Amino acid sequence: MQENGETQATEAIPSREELEWMYSIMLLAKAGDERAAAEAREGRLQAALYPVRGLEGVCAALGVAMQANDQMISSYRNLGDALSRGIPLRTIIAEAYGRLGGTSKGKGGTMHLTDNERGLVTTTGVVGSGLPMAVGLGLAAQLDGADRAIVVTFGDGSTSIGSAHEAFNLAALWNLPVVFVCQNNQWGEHTPLSSYAANPNLAERVASYGMASEQVDGFDPMATWRTLDRALAKARSGGGPSFVECLTYRLTGHSGLSDYSYVPEAELAAALERDPAPNMRRWLESSGLVDAGRLAEIEAEVEATADEAFAFAQESPPPHPDELTDDVYASGEGIPFR
Amino acid sequence: MSEEQTEKMTIVAALNSALDVALGLDERVIMMGEDIADPIGGVMKATKGLSTKYGEDRVRATPIVEQTIVGSAVGAAMGGYRPVAEIMFMDFLCQAMDQIINHAAKSRFMSGGHTTVPLVVRAMVGSSNFGAQHSQALEAWFMHTPGLKVVMPSNPYDTKGLLLSSIFDDDPVIFIENMAMSYSVPGMVPTGDYRIPLGEAAVLQEGEDVTVITYGAEVHTVMAAAESLVDEMSVEVIDLRTLVPLDLTTCLESVTKTRRAIVVHGSTQFCGPGAEIATLITDELFGALDVPVARLGGTYTPIAFAKELESLPTEDKVVAALRELVERPSVARQR
Repeated sequence: MQENGETQATEAIPSREELEWMYSIMLLAKAGDERAAAEAREGRLQAALYPVRGLEGVCAALGVAMQANDQMISSYRNLGDALSRGIPLRTIIAEAYGRLGGTSKGKGGTMHLTDNERGLVTTTGVVGSGLPMAVGLGLAAQLDGADRAIVVTFGDGSTSIGSAHEAFNLAALWNLPVVFVCQNNQWGEHTPLSSYAANPNLAERVASYGMASEQVDGFDPMATWRTLDRALAKARSGGGPSFVECLTYRLTGHSGLSDYSYVPEAELAAALERDPAPNMRRWLESSGLVDAGRLAEIEAEVEATADEAFAFAQESPPPHPDELTDDVYASGEGIPFR
Repeated sequence: MSEEQTEKMTIVAALNSALDVALGLDERVIMMGEDIADPIGGVMKATKGLSTKYGEDRVRATPIVEQTIVGSAVGAAMGGYRPVAEIMFMDFLCQAMDQIINHAAKSRFMSGGHTTVPLVVRAMVGSSNFGAQHSQALEAWFMHTPGLKVVMPSNPYDTKGLLLSSIFDDDPVIFIENMAMSYSVPGMVPTGDYRIPLGEAAVLQEGEDVTVITYGAEVHTVMAAAESLVDEMSVEVIDLRTLVPLDLTTCLESVTKTRRAIVVHGSTQFCGPGAEIATLITDELFGALDVPVARLGGTYTPIAFAKELESLPTEDKVVAALRELVERPSVARQR
């Protein structure tokens, strides 16, 4: 997909159903982010929020490229990733409210979504810590002889962490079925990539570890899907790991309510021109893939889903106080002492 | 193989035997660590022959990457395996603390019970020739972290039985070995599979006058001290074997009888395991104690290189502490 909303007719694209789903996931991530931030501003939601605005296209592409048996490790900026795995928005939002109906019974919070059945194995609140664990999941898949791939998502900031580089090396050394998906939004917390890396070309840096490594325009969901699809197919067939650097831009502050005044205006304006969901809409309509009536239907469905998710979360009961001491150990008998 | 078949083994041989049994029992048991594959078979030879027997897929030598040794073990555990990660010296767990504390220990809880992380991290304490960065006993850090189990055996038989229990336990276990004991305390060990439950202390010696609660290498220091005091006092010695779960019941039964107790360990005394154990005993037996529960741990210093600068409990220090404890007038009688 080009900036003007055109795509090369010869290039592969997902099916119409998948394209509709991608568009709905992008809208749902945006709606979830915006409503959660509004709830937080009103004081009704006490949770750390890390908006995915800017990454929606990457998340939607992941959702189509990944297969049902593939597994994912995400980070704290995880709403889009979780939706891409088909996790219902209602359980994600209920977790944000710390309610029993959440993915982790309200015990994890926004930074710790888990849904093993849908292949979201874990999400970490620690920058860069998902990568070593992805090596282990890759090892498990390889030992199983399974045709499943492991995706670990992380921001550009994570590439500064030492253990990320340990993980790149080991995944390459052991030819593991891991796809490292860098959601490069150009900001490590409040510091721009150009200020924290002498070589800001992350794909170039990772290529030196001996694995396939490339950059893709993360604001182009079709290009991103094609790149991820290739990397995942390669991983599943024993071809080893890949690093995919999806170039995007963070369209909000680092966290839900944080200061964003320091972002250069021209940069942000240029990035907003590339805002994934509106561009996807224009392309779907102008290419004739999805008509305006169907797009309006999808938009109404997303609004209804978001309404229902927040209502469900607010009505879901909090965990019983006894829950505090459950789930610390597989068996709580005699712990810490008897 | 039955438990009746036994062999004389060092602790290293017992570790090797436990890992061999576990790898043979369950294909989901895998190992990762620096130098663990043949021909070297581990820096202490604990894994000698295992990569040859079970393949380098399952017994993987890694680069020098402590964070990712433990991190990949956490991931493999989440992927359905039972990894055993070897981290050589316990001091190097500092490199892997994020994966141990933030991920291995907390993932079950953070996922609302949906995630299980059955892994073992093996590490050594008690080296004598390396100085302060290869020596320190850090078990208190891990006892202080909900979600982890902490095991610290004192002899070959317990080493094997506890390691097998740890590998097949569904919680993450920090399994602490002692370098100085690696070859020095051989004992008879069954060649087959047997398990020692986590959370059961062993009463090594019954006595009437004082209870010593200890674990790991200090068990041998305490037994030697008790032997040298045999004409002066009757000492009961408890080897805790595991620190989490902690067998407080056995400690309380003993101290109810002796009314005097001391906790002896190789980690720093201040905020050490002894502080918690002494408090737990005092909470239960305050009125029944003759004297406050004593502690003898490491000095509040790094481990020194020079042999003259001994931080850890020695036999002489234990003897002195026991004499002081037994000779001290009873608080109860003063009342």
